Amino acid sequence: MASEDLKRTPLYACHVEQGARLVEFAGWEMPVQYAGVIDEHRAVRTAAGIFDVSHMGEVRVRGAGAEAFLQRLTPNDVSKLASGRAHYSGLLTDQGTYIDDLLINRLAADDFLVVVNASNAPRDFAWIAERVEGDAEVVDESDRWALIALQGPKAKEILEPLSPGASELRYYGFRQGQVDGRPALISRTGYTGEDGFELYVAPEDAPALWRRLLDAGASPAGLGARDTLRLEAAMALYGHEIDETTTPWEAGLDWVVKLDKGDFLGRDALAAQKAAGVPRKLVGFEVDGRGIARQGHAVLSAGGGERVGAVTSGTWSPTFEKALGLAYVPPELAAPGTPLALDVRGRQLAARVVETPFYRRAR
Amino acid sequence: MYPSEYLYSREHEWVRVQDDVCVLGITEFAQQELGEVVFVELPEVGQVFDSGDEVGTIESVKAVAEVYTPVAGEVLEINDAVVDDPELINEDPHQEGWLIKVRFSSAADLKALMKAEEYEEYVKSGEA
Repeated sequence: MASEDLKRTPLYACHVEQGARLVEFAGWEMPVQYAGVIDEHRAVRTAAGIFDVSHMGEVRVRGAGAEAFLQRLTPNDVSKLASGRAHYSGLLTDQGTYIDDLLINRLAADDFLVVVNASNAPRDFAWIAERVEGDAEVVDESDRWALIALQGPKAKEILEPLSPGASELRYYGFRQGQVDGRPALISRTGYTGEDGFELYVAPEDAPALWRRLLDAGASPAGLGARDTLRLEAAMALYGHEIDETTTPWEAGLDWVVKLDKGDFLGRDALAAQKAAGVPRKLVGFEVDGRGIARQGHAVLSAGGGERVGAVTSGTWSPTFEKALGLAYVPPELAAPGTPLALDVRGRQLAARVVETPFYRRAR
Repeated sequence: MYPSEYLYSREHEWVRVQDDVCVLGITEFAQQELGEVVFVELPEVGQVFDSGDEVGTIESVKAVAEVYTPVAGEVLEINDAVVDDPELINEDPHQEGWLIKVRFSSAADLKALMKAEEYEEYVKSGEA
């Protein structure tokens, strides 16, 4: 694909300036690394990193009927979401399987900003817009927002002077204020397992903010480190742990589903699967043998022959210096300590189910 | 950048010939593409391969690269140092980061390989 066909975020020039290695992701030209995946990963775990996630999609849902509409469209309980708070949720099919995972930010009683994965943004907007009911309007605001994620134990000391009061935000809380004198939505959320913030700003304000954060001590971090960080924190990635074949129960995202809140798209199928039991479970594993298991590698039965599951994500972990990952297995293989045999390019690799998340930050 | 006494394959291996023994490794270009190497799998001493066979794998956080032997022959020695410290391949791919030594059976296998200037052109051309 010619690079002129790829979309670029407002921060593209900054990435080029810093010698980023750029790759295609979801139709965008994005930095996969700057100094290197391992260095960037460790910088986020010990200090602070900044990620350009402007390619993600934003959908604004407004109106007196906005809450009722989102309540029937998504599995989590929007009626319990207060203004200035976000919650993690999803778009599900009528089979209870994932179209996408997402965050819903409640700006006001009748005003919501839904944030979706870059890889699914156009489809998600169409999905939401096609199902709108009642007094609600749906607007694609993806072009209106640039997004910088500032993540790591030093994130709050870097942000506080630029946005006084930001460090008082509760986890999953947000405020509409300013960063470095420019309007911003500042959210205490992230995808790394560290403390941090996601900063939604106007596209024209993004480059100056990026440079300011670099001057303040944050290291640039790319998609490579973003993946190793979220995997250590056992956070789902669409197209890996969740997709149109998986339900929240199978993926261990039970807490996203509020069956008792009333009817919503996918509810009947989820209630049925809950009653019947799930056919497979997502587990974390550590590799005991020599090698790295990755997406698609088979989990084999105890006899060592038959494929009974599959790895959804796997990597070498910079924090633990070992290979680990997530896999779907039959429920009887899901208990921590269970030995697993993985087929890595024709070779059998010994692994073991472990509790997740692999990494939890010190609090 | 690329030692002039080495020969190079299109798969970014280098070969240093010493009589009937080849030392084999991956090039600077290959290690840059891979990123930080975290795991290396090498064959066993005594294994016999044909030209073009896969002899091992080098893995970074994000990627797996197969290593192929350009020459047919028998593995005489493997570099234990890179097994214990895979980052040697990034730090010094052309010297300390060597992978295996092969006693090769046919000098004809070397004819398909590139000299240093040709390999540099190949890398620069963007077809690599």
